[in-house]
Amino acid sequence: MPLAPVVLVRGGEGLLVDRTVARLTALVREHDPEAEVTVLEAGAYERGQLEVLTSPSLFGEHRHLIVEGTESASDAFIEDALAHVAAAGSTIEDVTLVIRHEKGTRGKKLLDTIGKAGYPVVTCDQIKRDGEKADFAAAEFSAAGRRATSAAVQALVEALGSDLRELAAGCSQLISDTTGTITPDVVERYYGGRVEATGFRVADAAVAGEQTQAITLLRHALETGVDPVPLVAVLAMKLRTLAKVAATRGRGSAADLGLPPWQVDRARRELRGWTPEGLARAITAVADADAQVKGESRDARYAVERAVLIVASAREG
Amino acid sequence: MSVWTELVGQDRAVEVLSAAASEPAAMTHAWLITGPPGSGRSVAARAFAAALQDPHDSDGTGHEVRTALAGTHADVTVFATEKVQISIAEARELVGLAQRSPSQGRWRVIIVEDADRMTERTANVLLKAIEEPPPRTVWILCAPSPMDVLVTIRSRCRPVNLRVPPAEAVADLLVRRDGIDPELALTCARAAQSHIGMARRLATHPDARAYREKVLAVPTSIRGVGDAVLAAQTLVEDATEQSKLATTERDAAEKAELLRTLGAEEGARIPPALRAQIRQLEEEQKRRARRSLIDLLDRAMIDLLSFYRDVLLTQLGSDIPLINQAQTQQVQAMAGATAPEQSVHRMQAVGLARTRIAAGAAPLLAVEALTIALRPQG
Repeated sequence: MPLAPVVLVRGGEGLLVDRTVARLTALVREHDPEAEVTVLEAGAYERGQLEVLTSPSLFGEHRHLIVEGTESASDAFIEDALAHVAAAGSTIEDVTLVIRHEKGTRGKKLLDTIGKAGYPVVTCDQIKRDGEKADFAAAEFSAAGRRATSAAVQALVEALGSDLRELAAGCSQLISDTTGTITPDVVERYYGGRVEATGFRVADAAVAGEQTQAITLLRHALETGVDPVPLVAVLAMKLRTLAKVAATRGRGSAADLGLPPWQVDRARRELRGWTPEGLARAITAVADADAQVKGESRDARYAVERAVLIVASAREG
Repeated sequence: MSVWTELVGQDRAVEVLSAAASEPAAMTHAWLITGPPGSGRSVAARAFAAALQDPHDSDGTGHEVRTALAGTHADVTVFATEKVQISIAEARELVGLAQRSPSQGRWRVIIVEDADRMTERTANVLLKAIEEPPPRTVWILCAPSPMDVLVTIRSRCRPVNLRVPPAEAVADLLVRRDGIDPELALTCARAAQSHIGMARRLATHPDARAYREKVLAVPTSIRGVGDAVLAAQTLVEDATEQSKLATTERDAAEKAELLRTLGAEEGARIPPALRAQIRQLEEEQKRRARRSLIDLLDRAMIDLLSFYRDVLLTQLGSDIPLINQAQTQQVQAMAGATAPEQSVHRMQAVGLARTRIAAGAAPLLAVEALTIALRPQG
């Protein structure tokens, strides 16, 4: 099968894009082991470069061009690439061009032209949902001919799910280091203690009165680069919902709050153990922390930690 | 009518400024006009600028005086910011302007309203220009108090302090200038605590009066924590709504104007080369909206503060007139149900929320903490 002269790889999931580009390069090598592979940065492209690189060479080897960062390409690149796409397949031979475009509308005309000309367009959208991440990990294991229980896959996604590259690296480590079926115990041995800590999980634990867990999650979150300011905002939002739902308790008009029903139900469950005084103490502490992380105090991390401790201890029973 | 007519209740300041305008020996090259918000700092600055341009125009009908008062005089620059801070680039422009000699008037006057809205770096840019301006340039800076400007700026200016004008004088001005009903004028002047601009806004905008009444109803309507959080939400939402009303129309008009100047068609795709400028405008507008929200909330806090002041006065049995005469009943009920210490604590809570919101804390959260502190306790 002949190689497509132009391939567009779109999307922000870096790992998948890298894999696609690597696969394309491998195909080119299969076609011509002597092929010359060049990587171009579209942002720093200067007029004519494309023509220089694609002009027929003395030894007639195949030339493979990979253009990175088209989302911030120079105007010159877009013009030259348009001309190349128009001529590719007819007057330009022995050249394959791979264009990487992460996001945004820069160079939209070029993208549309490639799509309309019928060249292959590979879309690698970001994988966001946990279910999709689990599917990805399971596929990694089965591609290597290994079996993994679904609980193990779930545990792995929980530990490493924030970044697909990390997840893939974790899979490959488990594949190379272990034998037999991969069980949750194996995952625990390798990645135990690592948690995917977001502001929401910290707030959930704090509101549930789980002091130890809340602090552990908070430290994880701060260490992995979550900013104290949004952490405080999430805590505040959580407590606000609780207070609002508490205000309607007994009056039963939660529909007027403008909150989705599942949030109201959840808040009702979480309200067990909370007294109005406790809520008042918690909200005041979070407001203090908000002012502190915005400059009233020098140590933002301490301020958040103190707020989380007060919130967790403000719940009774 | 003289140039000083609109500056009510400030006889001492008028004396100093008019002497400086007519007597070359009493003149200084830089002035710092301070006084509480609404006492007429910018009015004083403009009147002084007008008097400088034509000291012999005693009835204020001449061309120079009229244009200076209206802010259209070529040699009088009034610089005010609608953002939270004056930027360093804007300060540099003023420095350049100060070097030019007056084109038609006697003086080049540069008025900087909100001189307190400057960071140290920005203020430093102005230092040299304020210290030694060219012979016919005058700087007039306005700030709430001398402590609000950098000490190095303060030491280079001659201070003029305005006092809080009596409510009767403010009401009198409203009746005379805006044709407001005398009784309403006095109520509004009291409610605004002699803040002239605010009193006028209250007198002419029924919405503003309604919002104020809503704010004053907060202390008596909160029964528990849940109510407090809901009341905070209403307060902030209403303020946001008001600031939106004030800015949306203007934002759209500005954008249309910018597009027209740039030669882009309305509704059509904006060429990529122009997007940066549009984005810049939108960011400026966002900053302005934030300032307007903060200002509105601050005003609401001051209203709350006035309520607890009245409560405290009643509790202590003082005979000073109440600010919120319309709410006498609530004030008395609250005074009977709580102790003076509690009123002081609540006033402190309002003060804390004000400082925090001004320092950039999340407005809703700060107001929530405030309303929680205002709930009936023990």
